Amino acid sequence: MGRKLLLEHLNKANINTMEGYLQNGGYRSVEKALKKMTPDEVTEEVKKSGLRGRGGAGFATGMKWSFLDRNSGKPRYLLCNADESEPGTFKDRLLMEKIPHLLIEGMIVSSYALGCRTSYIYIRGEYMFILRILEKAIAEAYAKGYLGENILGSGYSLDLHVHPGAGAYICGEETALIESLEGKRGNPRIKPPFPAIAGLWGCPTIVNNVESIAAVVPIINDGGDEYAKIGIGKSTGTKLISASGNINKPGVYEIEMGISVEEFIYSDEYCGGIKNNLELKACVPGGSSVPILPNHLLLKMSDGNPRLMTYESLSEGGFATGSMLGSGGFIVYDEKACIVRNTWNFARFYHHESCGQCSPCREGTGWMERVLHNIEYGHGKMEDIDLLWDIQRKIEGNTICPLGDAAAWPVAAAIRHFRHEFEYHVKYPNRVFDEDHVYQPEMKMQKV
Amino acid sequence: MTEVQKIEFSPEAMLEVSRIVSHYPQDKMKSALLPVLHIAQNEFGGWLSAETMDYVARLLHIHPIEVYEVATFYSMYNTKPVGKILIEVCQTGPCCLNGAEKIVSYIEKKLNIKVGETTKDNMFTLKTVECLGACGYAPMFQIGETFYEHLTEEKVDMILENLKQEKLKAINN
Ligand SMILES: Cc1cc2nc3c(=O)[nH]c(=O)nc-3n(C[C@H](O)[C@H](O)[C@H](O)COP(=O)(O)O)c2cc1C
Ligand code: FES
Repeated sequence: MGRKLLLEHLNKANINTMEGYLQNGGYRSVEKALKKMTPDEVTEEVKKSGLRGRGGAGFATGMKWSFLDRNSGKPRYLLCNADESEPGTFKDRLLMEKIPHLLIEGMIVSSYALGCRTSYIYIRGEYMFILRILEKAIAEAYAKGYLGENILGSGYSLDLHVHPGAGAYICGEETALIESLEGKRGNPRIKPPFPAIAGLWGCPTIVNNVESIAAVVPIINDGGDEYAKIGIGKSTGTKLISASGNINKPGVYEIEMGISVEEFIYSDEYCGGIKNNLELKACVPGGSSVPILPNHLLLKMSDGNPRLMTYESLSEGGFATGSMLGSGGFIVYDEKACIVRNTWNFARFYHHESCGQCSPCREGTGWMERVLHNIEYGHGKMEDIDLLWDIQRKIEGNTICPLGDAAAWPVAAAIRHFRHEFEYHVKYPNRVFDEDHVYQPEMKMQKV
Repeated sequence: MTEVQKIEFSPEAMLEVSRIVSHYPQDKMKSALLPVLHIAQNEFGGWLSAETMDYVARLLHIHPIEVYEVATFYSMYNTKPVGKILIEVCQTGPCCLNGAEKIVSYIEKKLNIKVGETTKDNMFTLKTVECLGACGYAPMFQIGETFYEHLTEEKVDMILENLKQEKLKAINN
């Protein structure tokens, strides 16, 4: 059994209440940080831990904190990114729903390190039921003196609020999130200036994922060095993985960084193998935006060694043979899954979610969706496959925010590794709904 | 003559609005726009009419256009009327691997409407939405603030029937 730092107490009675949380050692890091450590010492521990952002990009958290402009004379803000909208990702939800105080505790310690007087949790609007859970827990924290004026007599004061979005994947992008919190459309800003210099209301701002902020709690409790002992290389600590698709045991798992992908898929401790005794065909290991990998590239790296659940190992080989850990949204496909249909589905998602500011993304995502729809439904031409390749290449790197890349990569990877499936759709348009087309039986039923 | 509904928040909703506004600096009232639009949608029949949006603009001391551009950007705001019960089925990849498309066609057949339509009795509207963060518990839909997961046809029947009865009871009381 791997060590659990975040979900250790998941199944304890009343862990969602202040009482239950305190019984399991809750809020120790607040006592320790506010009474015995300076803000810089807290940041130093986070640096030592090697913690990397859990929202998708994997940027070193301590380093990001050190970029915050502390001399502007303006208020500083910490924003927790609880927008969780990357398809395949549902880990932040579990944390907030079941152990809301862990996030609040992390917010207090992190806000102290950054010198914030007010902090916000930006949560996707569809999680309104979780917003209510968080607000209840926040009220408990105020009542106990962990929030508000002069916390535990330390002289440090903090207000914490939850702010709902209203259904827009793009608001997970940090500058779009800031725009949204200001009451505007979620259009990403051009960087620089980076939020650490000019973010919310033009003030220095740090945006961190829910899981990153929760991880600060064990880091302060046990020390950054202790945290860094778990994992391999620059992938330290534990990571929450949201497992979905054609597996026996979908759900959220906390893993020690560095277990093998094979163990994660087949061990009963985690996914429990492929459903219905089918074969593993492919996997998107880090949320819909990262490249899909066929089974042989997924389980082994180019040197023949097992691929591991770390930032480095999952991206080994670049996009030619690798992928990314991303947000840890681990989507598994069995031999019957249709890669073309899945690629079309994701393309529709990115088209729907493009904010429309940059023409390569606004026009390109819709174009890819239409071409993929044609291929999937038996109206495709061979040239369409090259056309898709061309469109995705012209989106990548040509947009203000990385949503363009996120839309391009899944299409590129599907063609790179599964070109034969696209060609099959074009060659046998009538067979797309045949038995031979081993894909989902459901879609056959719909069409007939 | 069309009946003009007076657009004004209930005292409870008004209280909630002031609580939300207090979360932001005094000169940043506009930040309260998204949460206040959620309240408005709840208060005024599940959608945002131009009158409702103008009312919210006045409350927050911003221009109506600032409200319109936000209301049309975010998928949770309905700028057209919807049925009493809005069914939002997740149709994104991971859910489709576990039968989301089947659930959508089942509901379409059951209610005799297509995605995007409302039943004649104005009870149900069916909508497909993108990943709701329940991929491991697919297929799923959201109604109001509740996630219904691991759906089967039988479960769908039961859930929709129960909600309909609740609504009818509320109307008759
Ligand atoms: C289109 C898009 C969507 C994103 N969605 C999320 C999200 O839902 N949650 C999240 O934490 N980060 C998301 N990110 C990453 C954020 O921009 C940002 O990097 C992250 O919140 C930083 O926190 P971290 O360093 O703790 O990971 C998204 C980025 C992009 C480009
Ligand atoms: S794909 Fe349906 S909830 Fe994520």
